[in-house]
Amino acid sequence: MAHRKLTLKEKYQLMTRGLDWETTYQPMDKVFPYDQYEGIKIKNWDKWEDPFRLTMDAYWKYQAEKERKLYAILDSFSQNNGQLNLSDARYLTALKIWMQGITPAEYNSHRGFCMVGRQFRGAGARVACQMQALDELRHAQTQMHAFSQYNKHFGGFHQAMHMRDRAWYLSIPKSYFEDAMTAGPFEFVTAISFSFEYVLTNLLFMPFVSGAAYNGDMATTTFGFSAQSDESRHMTLGLEVVKFILEQHEDNVPIMQRYIDKWFWRGYRLLALVGTMMDYMLPKKVMSWAEAWGIYWEENGMALFHDLERYGIKPPKYHEIATLEKNHITHQAWTVFYTACPATAFHAWLPQPYELDWLSEKYGETFERYYRPRFAQFAELERAGERFYTNRLPLVCQTCQVPVFFTEVNNPMRQSVRQLDWQGMKFNFCSDGCKDIFAHEPEKFCQAYIPPQQIYQGNAGGARNLQEYAAWLKCEFGKDSGEYYTSEDYARWKQWHGGKDTTPSSAAA
Amino acid sequence: MTVEIKTAHIEPLRLTFDHIEARIGKGRAATRYQEAVHDLQMTTNFHYRPTWEPGMDLFDRRRTAVVLADFDQLIDPRQYYYAPYTIQRARQQELSDANFGLVEKRGLLGALAPEWAQKIRHLIVPLRHLEWGANTNNAFLSAYGYGAPFTSAALMQAMDRLGMAQYITRLALALDGQNAEVLDRGKQLWLADPVWQPLRHLVEDSMVVKDWFELHVVQNLLLDGQLAPFAWTHFDAALTAHGGVGFTLVTQFMRDWYAESTRWVDATVQVAVSESPANQALINGWLGQWLPRVRAAVAPLLAVAFAEHASAIAQQIADELAGRLARLGLVGEV
Repeated sequence: MAHRKLTLKEKYQLMTRGLDWETTYQPMDKVFPYDQYEGIKIKNWDKWEDPFRLTMDAYWKYQAEKERKLYAILDSFSQNNGQLNLSDARYLTALKIWMQGITPAEYNSHRGFCMVGRQFRGAGARVACQMQALDELRHAQTQMHAFSQYNKHFGGFHQAMHMRDRAWYLSIPKSYFEDAMTAGPFEFVTAISFSFEYVLTNLLFMPFVSGAAYNGDMATTTFGFSAQSDESRHMTLGLEVVKFILEQHEDNVPIMQRYIDKWFWRGYRLLALVGTMMDYMLPKKVMSWAEAWGIYWEENGMALFHDLERYGIKPPKYHEIATLEKNHITHQAWTVFYTACPATAFHAWLPQPYELDWLSEKYGETFERYYRPRFAQFAELERAGERFYTNRLPLVCQTCQVPVFFTEVNNPMRQSVRQLDWQGMKFNFCSDGCKDIFAHEPEKFCQAYIPPQQIYQGNAGGARNLQEYAAWLKCEFGKDSGEYYTSEDYARWKQWHGGKDTTPSSAAA
Repeated sequence: MTVEIKTAHIEPLRLTFDHIEARIGKGRAATRYQEAVHDLQMTTNFHYRPTWEPGMDLFDRRRTAVVLADFDQLIDPRQYYYAPYTIQRARQQELSDANFGLVEKRGLLGALAPEWAQKIRHLIVPLRHLEWGANTNNAFLSAYGYGAPFTSAALMQAMDRLGMAQYITRLALALDGQNAEVLDRGKQLWLADPVWQPLRHLVEDSMVVKDWFELHVVQNLLLDGQLAPFAWTHFDAALTAHGGVGFTLVTQFMRDWYAESTRWVDATVQVAVSESPANQALINGWLGQWLPRVRAAVAPLLAVAFAEHASAIAQQIADELAGRLARLGLVGEV
């Protein structure tokens, strides 16, 4: 006798819930030892609503379809030397930073979700995290395959897995993800699912993919589009996670507020890399960092926090500072990259005339007054045959690990530095936001592996200066690092284009 | 006849990344599998110790007593990275879907002798929970194991187990006309029926094992090595004479999966065993500790399933597993 037909929702419920059980031969707290110590209280895991009702067979089916299409295009990309269709080989600096910094972060995100996919005692939450873990593995692996073709023809990609654990500018994303993974499971999902994937994703993932689309990078664009539906699932999960935790117990609110404050600021500092990519590394511009911040944070981000008010959650601490800085940080960061690029695995250059005009248009008075003259000065040195490189190891922020080069919000001529004494040691920070984060968890943040300090301590193969440090990073000057317009990448690019310089003359795609 | 298409040839600077070149040698092209798994996991200069395990690094070789010079040797003979994995499973899923469709349309599960339909409810439906336990354990391997080749395959194994828990759910609902009570009764059996308690006890004990390679051996080699042949081979074979064609069709996925995942399990265990006599002794020690318990836990299921034939079938399963262990360089007889 046939029972009444089950609804899709009921069917899904039966497929995932009720599989788990309350253990009795071993105490639940021993089976799930890590989901209590943060102080987050979950009264009822069954209240967890799966944001995407995907059974495994549906997951395999949808994802396989996407993979078939993606790899067909990657194959054709390499068969047809798709790298020739880029707007300009300068664009590759963005891709190199992606492979050195973001692809390892995708992998870490994968492992982090494997961890919370085991740590939570709620079955629904665990399945959602495991699926995201598998998606993140996909992203790391498809990126390796998309970049593989570029690696064959350009410098800077080949030693990325060596750089990833050692380079000063890559300790920014490395420390960010390791901070999240070494935290408790609730902090991890708040950091990655909510702050990173939900609040900041349009400022992180999307600028890279749009940048690829504007600059003729078919491999990355295809991967980006293919990952888009994964990303929207992850965003949905991010919001669900935070609402679920907040609804479970009022004692969770102050803990979550602290996580949100911390991970907003940490994410924002990481975004300095992305903003610099948008303003300086893309030959064809998508939008400026300041514009993106205006749309995706000041409008969308604030609207989200308006919705979260009913849970007692306030907009993240220091978000006003981030908005005040929006006209400055990318110019300051590119100046550092321009002068320190011998100790990186990418090339840097002075903005071309059309780009200076674009920056003036986007940043107006701020750019004209503080930054254009600086680039003019560098250009003069270049003309005199004295292209400027720094030979100093920078002071690095103990929390976000960005070198201390940002300025005070009320005075763009003064560097912003904060200090704090803890257990007889002096620690340096780029901002009040980073200092606060340290002050709350000094035992954790005092452990940070700070590359310049490690170099001074002889832990970078005994390197005594930036040249020796670059050698230890396996970055060869001219091949992997240093000025773009004297690099082998540029020479090869010109040769492929009949000896002509193909630097675009306008920012429009 | 071959047709030759002329394309512009650009001499590449290199064929693959440095970290792959270091493994396969200079001037050799890498496979997509190699570029997808090797050296993806960070190994050094970790910033912070885990707040959940302050005595260890974030990724730490010391989370197992197995010692390997290079954990990236634990490669998957199936060469699964995300694309071939999902594409292969999608193919199997398509076949399963067709089989379920046929079984439901023709009412093939209705052809089962009532006594044997009851045995499915008693002995197969509660395996949903065993699969969930296997999902939990493989999630542990993917989280705390060492090296991307192993941990990525472990996550796929975890997802496979969730998939099989869902296929068993679907089978149970098809058997009982979509009446979900069959699942509740199955869970009660898992929680309270004496036949199931030694197994549940064992599964819960495995969930607190801290050494990930030990857990890999317990779950994927020993427990699966006893249970999968019981449920998907011998039980299926016994059903044949009692109208079991529907069961055979809707459990095809499990048989294919078991044959395939066994290749991964055996390859990884073999690498560890052949690395050193110390590893071999260690794993043999785990066998001595766990294998008798696994056999004892599965025995009550066999008794219900096969009555007077139970001990012969138990012996057959034990012999198969012993042969497999011997091929891996382990002590088959404990």
